[in-house]
Amino acid sequence: MPTLTIDGKQIEVPAGTTVIQAADKLGITIPRYCYHPALPVSGNCRICMVEIEKQPKLQIACYTPVADGMVVHTNSPKVLESRKTVLEFLLVNHPVDCPVCDQAGECKLQDYYMEHGQYDSRLSDVKVKKEKKAFSIGPTVMLDQERCILCTRCVRFSDTITKTSEFGVFNRGDHSQLDLYPGKKLDNNYSGNVVDICPVGALTDSDFRFKCRVWYLAQTKSVCPGCSQGCNITVEWDKMRPHQQKKARVMRLKPRHNPEVNDYWMCDKGRYNYRFIDENRIQYPQLGDEIISWDKAIDTVAGAVKSLKNTNRIGVIASAQLTNEDLFVVRKLFKDTLKGSQIEFDAPQADGDDFLLKADRNPNTAGAIKILDAKGNAQEIIEKAKAGEFDVLYVFGVNLIKLYGKDVVAAIAKKVKLFVYQGSNVNDTCSYAHLNLPSSVYAEKEGTFTNCQNKVQRIWQAFTPLAESRGDWQILSLLSSKLGTELTYKNSQEVFQELTKQVGAFGDMSYEKISDKGVTTT
Amino acid sequence: MEKITSRHFGIPNSHLLETYRKDGGYEAARKALTTMTPAAVIEEVKKSNLRGLGGAGFPTGMKWSFIPANNPKPKYLVINGDEGEPGTFKDKYIFEQDPHSLLEGIIITCYAIGSHKCYVYIRGEYIKSINAVQAAIDEAKKANFLGKGIMGTNFDLEVVVHQGAGAYICGEETALLESLEGKKGFPRLKPPFPAVVGVFGCPTVINNVETIACVGPIIAKGAEWFAKLGSEKNGGNRLFCISGHVNKPGVYELPNGTTLRELIYDHAGGIPNGRKLKAVIPGGISAPLLTPDQIDVKMDFDSLKAIGSMAGSGGIIVMDDTTDMVWAAMVAARFFAHESCGQCSPCREGSGWVYRQVKRFYDGHAKPHDLKNLPGIINNIGGNTICAFGDATTMSIGSYVSKFRQEFEAKIKNDNFVPTA
Repeated sequence: MPTLTIDGKQIEVPAGTTVIQAADKLGITIPRYCYHPALPVSGNCRICMVEIEKQPKLQIACYTPVADGMVVHTNSPKVLESRKTVLEFLLVNHPVDCPVCDQAGECKLQDYYMEHGQYDSRLSDVKVKKEKKAFSIGPTVMLDQERCILCTRCVRFSDTITKTSEFGVFNRGDHSQLDLYPGKKLDNNYSGNVVDICPVGALTDSDFRFKCRVWYLAQTKSVCPGCSQGCNITVEWDKMRPHQQKKARVMRLKPRHNPEVNDYWMCDKGRYNYRFIDENRIQYPQLGDEIISWDKAIDTVAGAVKSLKNTNRIGVIASAQLTNEDLFVVRKLFKDTLKGSQIEFDAPQADGDDFLLKADRNPNTAGAIKILDAKGNAQEIIEKAKAGEFDVLYVFGVNLIKLYGKDVVAAIAKKVKLFVYQGSNVNDTCSYAHLNLPSSVYAEKEGTFTNCQNKVQRIWQAFTPLAESRGDWQILSLLSSKLGTELTYKNSQEVFQELTKQVGAFGDMSYEKISDKGVTTT
Repeated sequence: MEKITSRHFGIPNSHLLETYRKDGGYEAARKALTTMTPAAVIEEVKKSNLRGLGGAGFPTGMKWSFIPANNPKPKYLVINGDEGEPGTFKDKYIFEQDPHSLLEGIIITCYAIGSHKCYVYIRGEYIKSINAVQAAIDEAKKANFLGKGIMGTNFDLEVVVHQGAGAYICGEETALLESLEGKKGFPRLKPPFPAVVGVFGCPTVINNVETIACVGPIIAKGAEWFAKLGSEKNGGNRLFCISGHVNKPGVYELPNGTTLRELIYDHAGGIPNGRKLKAVIPGGISAPLLTPDQIDVKMDFDSLKAIGSMAGSGGIIVMDDTTDMVWAAMVAARFFAHESCGQCSPCREGSGWVYRQVKRFYDGHAKPHDLKNLPGIINNIGGNTICAFGDATTMSIGSYVSKFRQEFEAKIKNDNFVPTA
């Protein structure tokens, strides 16, 4: 394997590695526009030029393969000068309309100008005007041709990742413009990714457009709850201006790199599935039409349970939307304590595709199967409830009406003495439940999901639960106290530690080991 | 002087097979196919010192020898007949007046490199050339000089004419390959070079029309004969295209060692009306300008390189003392701005910016700081791009500004002009 030196640091890398890859490994970030690790190299932006000893001209780091004994300088005067000149060219016809550009704050033209440009303008000519500005190219993406620096990342993404080939560069020279091929629309389930990879404000997200300046955003690592792939994401929420956007917290979701799960991508179904976090929430415990306190709510459930002759009169429908920790406490309470309770869970399905989106639209089906020792279909519980075999039906976040129909749910509501619905959002089932308990959404939780590859991945709490809502296992914890069993834990980590001891598949995992890349179950 | 590539120019019906065969046409191909090994053909071409006449001057035999012998993929010969370099119009003469000499060169070359398919990429506007080459191919096929089992041997060869679509950059060999594959003409990153990964991912030799037209005579008369015609490292003659302010513009076949002075004053009849020479472009618009004190240079690749210009495509553009050099620079800059493919940022944005600045000089709206900035901006394009187009822009336009700075200065006005779209 060749060994080379970059800025005085030595590194040994496999043959065929490029200089930019070797530099990345060393933590030396060479500026880049067109280069993207997941796309074929195109070498057109010329910002990544580096000085290689014994070579007369600067070379592009993205395409130059390393060689044994190569000595590379990424910050020599020649290199810095070259970056400045490339920036000057890229900005010659750029509108510099940063004040009205959504990309401002995360724009590589701005960043590199501040880092490497800082020259006085030498431009006394008019800029080339292009055709399309603020132009919608599909349901989720806006195109601004004059902001585009023609790096062709989006072109290569649509050619090689989605293989849908919507994008092309048309015309020549400084009249070149990015556009879609005639008659095409950018309307595939991965459209939003072109916004992420666009280094400038040429492709912006119609959904995020003008909602929030990016510097007001806080980032919290998480996992998309939209399907069983468990794409790694970042929840981006407005930390500094909570009064904006009708007090909504989450402004957008962005994919987070995980080469084993989703690489740099996420699907649009997942990307735009965040409004439920701030909208249409169950905010307070509610008994019938009456808003009640948590104390009274928990007393109601505990009272109903205590009055049972036999705990096999309890039916539980859990959900694959719950975290492993939530599910583990469900198991502790209903399986181990209220022995005889009948537990299943539901994991609603929809159409998947052959890339990231899975038919199983739940982030934790694999975890639920392992922890509850269940099969993922609650039809049997429903049948028994209909037949009057339960006095208490406890449902976690599953919209039964969607799965089993209104008549069935209405019938069940009449048969059971207490129908508890514990969930985060209002749906049709709520109005049939006798007691609604507000639980928190994934972005308000600390915990783990097990994806379809059996990879256990962490989610981090972005912000506190909305209104009176509480975490699912925390609610069960309260209930357990009233029932005299004290399933109390300091935090999710403690729940997880006990889970690993009792559920073999989780082996010797810990939050530290799972970290932000996940660990596969045994 | 013995003519090679222009030997049939001007002969009535020179484009017909019948005429071509009268002085031994296709006998060189027969000699190669029936008496020589492919390696022997390459060796002969190497010894002849034939260099690529499209502009780069790369030794032709060496280029052929880069084709990997053990690659199982088909090999291709691609003839670069895009001829877009302003001031150049020699390949057009070969296409129209002697297409069979090109075809004979193609047969020998394909035999040497083991190719059974050749694409002749012809500039889109050259309709007459395209028709002439296609007619010659049809004739040659009928006479079994092309097709299956050429001349009774077991060598098969198909030649396909491909019409370009009007982009100058498609004369750059890898952009040409992209165009040939049906894509937008963007030069490719190198390596891999076309000899390894060329058209359709297969090993490919790309040669200029004039280069391949020399191959037949080399095989017929021998490498030594050809080498002796030229200068030390540059065999044979060249077709020079002279245009601009001369009395007899046209295509002249002359030895490589001919000086520019001889070309202008002896062959092209000098400058009209006794006016004086002001500047010459010696090798197509990409070549830096020469001034009258430099015209004793020999017109071969190495001599022109030594004085900071280049032999390029052999297109000589003569400008006399009535020429406004700022106007000439503006025309050249407009060409580069129009033809930059737009792939690399410095060339894409820089070529247009340079044009707009030079135009401002010509329009009389430049300010003193513009002349201070212009050379640096021009210089930032070259050396920073995938292909040589950026270098050409820098060298060409840069030479107008450096050599005729006083004319740019003279146009500076301190007016309050504000450019508008």
